[in-house]
Amino acid sequence: MINTDDIMQTIQMIDQQHLDVRTITMGISLNDCADPDVNTCAQKIYDKVTHLAERLVRTGEEIQHEYGIPIVNKRLSVTPIAIVAASCETENYAPIAKAMDRAAETVGADFIGGFSALVHKGFTKSDTALINSIPESLAGTQRVCSSVNIATTRSGINMDAVAMMGRTIKKAAELTAESGGMACAKLVVFANAVEDNPFMAGAFHGEGEPECVINVGVSGPGVVASALKSCKGEPFDVVAETIKRTAFKVTRVGQLVAMEASQRLGVPFGVVDLSLAPTPEIGDSVAEILELMGLESCGTHGTTAALALLNDAVKKGGIMASSHVGGLSGAFIPVSEDAGMIAAAERGSLSIEKLEAMTCVCSVGLDMIAVPGSTPAETISAIIADEAAIGVINSKTTAVRIIPAPGKDVGDRVDFGGLLGCAPVMPLKGWSSKEFIDRGGRIPAPIQSLRN
Amino acid sequence: MTRAIVTVVARDSVGIIAHVTASLAKENVNILDISQTILGDYFTMIMLVDLSRCEDSFEGVQESLKKCGDEKGLVITIQRQEIFDAMHRI
Repeated sequence: MINTDDIMQTIQMIDQQHLDVRTITMGISLNDCADPDVNTCAQKIYDKVTHLAERLVRTGEEIQHEYGIPIVNKRLSVTPIAIVAASCETENYAPIAKAMDRAAETVGADFIGGFSALVHKGFTKSDTALINSIPESLAGTQRVCSSVNIATTRSGINMDAVAMMGRTIKKAAELTAESGGMACAKLVVFANAVEDNPFMAGAFHGEGEPECVINVGVSGPGVVASALKSCKGEPFDVVAETIKRTAFKVTRVGQLVAMEASQRLGVPFGVVDLSLAPTPEIGDSVAEILELMGLESCGTHGTTAALALLNDAVKKGGIMASSHVGGLSGAFIPVSEDAGMIAAAERGSLSIEKLEAMTCVCSVGLDMIAVPGSTPAETISAIIADEAAIGVINSKTTAVRIIPAPGKDVGDRVDFGGLLGCAPVMPLKGWSSKEFIDRGGRIPAPIQSLRN
Repeated sequence: MTRAIVTVVARDSVGIIAHVTASLAKENVNILDISQTILGDYFTMIMLVDLSRCEDSFEGVQESLKKCGDEKGLVITIQRQEIFDAMHRI
């Protein structure tokens, strides 16, 4: 029989330290749903998604009961709609977003991602139509998430797309002004987007993926924080080792759940995403882990180094625990979804500049950050360009999910509720980037040698 | 064979083991191993059980254990053994 202490440790991790599986995400290819008529295309999408995902939520719940591990979200990701809808004779893809929303609701999924376009080198007609449809589509649906890839290391940064996304984000915020710009919380702008990410809002089912696949995202900042409490004052070797051991255990749970879900649903297993994803609950915070390493408040000097260690140790521990690791795999730093980050931002120790530096060493990027509603579209575009440059030069995924909260200013708070949490409005620089963004064109792909 | 781990945590009192095992017997759940300790005032019991001859669903057993626990103020959990194996064994 297994050691009593081990059993009690697992139970404590689940019970008191918020260990959970953040998401089981079913990826579905919609390549066979194309149709010249947008409504027929939408119906085909609805039919396919509801058919394949019919048992997803029920199976997730069964696994949750039997293994005693909470599975917080059951989600769907689909082929980027700009590809699926390319043959539709329309410039408005909102009916497709509505069909995705209905499909997710019918099967009981929390979110459906993939209202997406990949425009890192240029736009197809369909890409332009999709991006133009984003504000209306996100404002008119509950569960649909959208992402646009505007840069890759191999092709550089599409600055026309960067400019367009600044305007799109502003418009999405304005259309959902009464909920603080909620539509922007469901919209991510990527550089080097991955095809198998199970996390929202950036999940989509890439073109290299199979017909249908199960990807699982684990979580567990609370478990790592709790383990670190036992190594106060110890050198970093001990800290890194402790995080690795904990990440291993957390990931093994993810792998178990992924294999079980894949088997029960008769759908191949794709990847486990090793991300440490915080929630707004106290004790489930990435910022708290950084502070436990000895920083008085997250965002102060030393934060980037602490986060680099954390991110690397999580990967090292997790990689051996799973047969296939993928997705974004790293620590997430969404401001509004992390109680410690919110506190640090309100205290003034965490600025957008520091967050930008942190994104150089961890998963994703400027995530769930509220900025004043009066921020010009060009400034948002410039923020996206900065973040994309970090991703492109360092061959990593970066992203921007920013909310120019209408009518709000520095000092205010925007409340999104649930896992999306609540964001303090952060100050930006007041100097204009308009002339820079107005240039358009492409920033060329970077050289891959002479790396300094 | 479907194996699960049952844990029982409660303030110590007479008859906890009898109460829980009777409920398991009613469900035709076979107990393979028991370990039990008292920490301070608290009683902690861990049982390895076999559900292969149980006709009820896993959720059914979970429900009846919850009811059994509620009657005497015990916190009872039942989880498939694989989760512990996965986390603590390579």
